[in-house]
Amino acid sequence: MSETHTSIEKLANPEKATLEGKNKFLGFWFFLGGETVLFGTLFATFLALRDKVASGPSGPELFSITTTFISTMILLVSSLTSVFAVMAMKDNKLRQMQLWFWVTVLLGLCFLGLEIYEFSEYLSEGLGYKTSAFSSSFYTLVGTHGGHVFFGILWISTLMIASYKKGITTVTAPKYYVAALYWHFIDVVWVFIFTVVYLLGILGD
Amino acid sequence: MATNQSDINVYVEKQKRKRELQHYYVSFVLMILFTILAFAAVMLRDSINDYLIAIFIVTMAIVQVVFQLYYFMHMKDKDHGFPSLFLYGGAAVAFLTVISFVSIIWIS
Repeated sequence: MSETHTSIEKLANPEKATLEGKNKFLGFWFFLGGETVLFGTLFATFLALRDKVASGPSGPELFSITTTFISTMILLVSSLTSVFAVMAMKDNKLRQMQLWFWVTVLLGLCFLGLEIYEFSEYLSEGLGYKTSAFSSSFYTLVGTHGGHVFFGILWISTLMIASYKKGITTVTAPKYYVAALYWHFIDVVWVFIFTVVYLLGILGD
Repeated sequence: MATNQSDINVYVEKQKRKRELQHYYVSFVLMILFTILAFAAVMLRDSINDYLIAIFIVTMAIVQVVFQLYYFMHMKDKDHGFPSLFLYGGAAVAFLTVISFVSIIWIS
């Protein structure tokens, strides 16, 4: 027990210390490549259909630039907190890592809460999923991103609950690292969503 | 015995970690800045050409994503050849899809 403990302290990158860890790292990046294609198709669909509002409300009529700005800041800060978590992991500081990952989860929940509130507002303004081609493509794109946030919250939370028992080892380190990568990727997608859907939407009005 | 090889390695690692932390802070501040600039540009839409603003905010998004990928997701570090290949491969397909969907004429 103490042997494995001292050995991990000397490791600069515990997430890539084993072959399994390296494979997880590589496999996860392959998955992120696939995710890029997935979101590419959703963005393409949205861009092609965003003016087809039928008799329903259009995006710029509903969008609130303040809400979008707050969501963006929340997600950007959560990206930094997950960077801190991975740094703490590399320093073998379990408590610090847990703290930063929990902060990340909390910020993720705030983001998700804002999005649910936003969608319910749109719904009450008469923008249902089947209202128009615009509404379907909008809800599918932004909702898929929200689903990713939800999954990321579940993933990091369960990892953290397990971490109280399992600590930081060469087995668990790749899991924490990869979960943080996923969270960063969620922020990457959001950058394009707030730019293309919200800002360009308001601009095109 | 105080300066054996493993102590030196630990010291070098610590210095590296320190510099890395500075990189994180700088990238974070820059990303916040790019976001604020993009939102500010849209607020000024009455006085500036819409087309220019669109180019500007898309550029801001791409620059911000580059920081996220290279610093927060460590793509600048060594051993990231395959991750870059996967991501750029995915991005190329995504780009082609967007281009073709935007230029389809029979939708409108």
